[in-house]
Amino acid sequence: MTLLAADGGPACYVFTINDWICGDYYRDRWRELWDASVEHLWITAAAVVLGLLLAIPVALLARRLPRFEGLVLGATTIIYTVPSLAMFSLLVPFTFLTPRTVIIGLALYSLTILVRQILAGLRSVPDEVREAAAGLGYSSLRMLARIELPLALPVIMAGLRVATVSTVALTTVGSIVGYGGLGNLLASGVDTDFKAQILAASVLCVLLAVVLDLGLLGVQRVLTPWARARSS
Amino acid sequence: MDAFRAGVSWLLDGSNWSGTDGLTQQLVEQVLLTVTSLVIATLVALPVALWLGHLGRGGALAINVSNIGRAVPTFAVLVLLSVGPLGTDRLGPYGRAGLATLVSLVLFALPPIITNAYVGMREVDREIVEAARGMGMNGARLFRRVELPLALPLIMTGLRLALVQVWATATIAALVAGPGLGNTITAGFANDDSDRVIGGAIVVALIAVALEGFASVAERTLDPVRRVRRVASVRVAEPLAA
Repeated sequence: MTLLAADGGPACYVFTINDWICGDYYRDRWRELWDASVEHLWITAAAVVLGLLLAIPVALLARRLPRFEGLVLGATTIIYTVPSLAMFSLLVPFTFLTPRTVIIGLALYSLTILVRQILAGLRSVPDEVREAAAGLGYSSLRMLARIELPLALPVIMAGLRVATVSTVALTTVGSIVGYGGLGNLLASGVDTDFKAQILAASVLCVLLAVVLDLGLLGVQRVLTPWARARSS
Repeated sequence: MDAFRAGVSWLLDGSNWSGTDGLTQQLVEQVLLTVTSLVIATLVALPVALWLGHLGRGGALAINVSNIGRAVPTFAVLVLLSVGPLGTDRLGPYGRAGLATLVSLVLFALPPIITNAYVGMREVDREIVEAARGMGMNGARLFRRVELPLALPLIMTGLRLALVQVWATATIAALVAGPGLGNTITAGFANDDSDRVIGGAIVVALIAVALEGFASVAERTLDPVRRVRRVASVRVAEPLAA
């Protein structure tokens, strides 16, 4: 790596210059930024997917058993209240300094959002629709798959978007166990007062959130063509 | 479970509570930071949000503030402010990087307060507002006697979410060598002292849960029309965890 810029002068990220915005930095360190973004993305994706896989059965069970629902809502509220730094620390004895610590911690947060949204989504299905499907001879499993989940999808997707965007932001805190994606660059940037790296990592983090949010919005539009037809 | 037992006994050791950078000092810093930033954020955000809600304008602003607050990492803001213009100088009882931490906390307390207060005002039944106007209430009286009491539960929800959010963000300040209880956790990681990590995490988590519990009790007690109300709207849960 060179500390000289293309025109022969010192690169704008050397300590004596330390610009916030620095083309030399992007050119010399793009690989580092790319790797951190990729780590950030897969940790986020793993956490949200794990959260969703746990949330669906929990929500379906909670719908059946009102007492279980109260328990779930109470427990998830407590989980959600625990600050992420403490959450990761409390998981370390079980999962050690691995990506699992961050993924499980973040999955617990998304679980909280998703269980509520899935329940709200299923409740938003009108009773008449359900009765009509039952009258047509739908079994409860088929009703869930063909009627209830599709109609609940917009509300569930809204929850998935919120969970994803906040998970992207929270992944940065994973740097406490060394797996924070772009958060690792933030942490090392603080230690070395590296302004170009700090700004680049911050901007990439927000960009990642926006891109994932728009992507999920696109998925939602593809999955619910009837909603598009209605609004146009 | 041994790890937790060791963490608890670390907490029960009085020497860990005393001295500069002992738990007591960090606790005082974090409580001061939380209270100060919540008061500032409330004084700034609540009048604006209530006024906009009363007028029925600026709905896009109220929603976007929330979306932006969710997408921007608290850690990044803390880093940007402390490495950037605000610096890491000590700010009296608020500790190192006190100003950068305070500003970050205020910024992250704003979205839940603004959005919930605005939505609370807008969700007041339009027929009730019409009826109140028909009875000859002017704007100020309508606001004070009708809209504010009916919007109070959501306003309180916003304050509760902001409180929990601020507490979580204040914990993260330690990642930029700022003040607060997070320092016990970061120092534990730095020194490979897992008892200290777990002890610090237990304190942070317990106080967070206690704040949430206290705030939801206050929320219910202060709701003037709680028995009459049944909110059935579908609303996306607000993220707090920072």
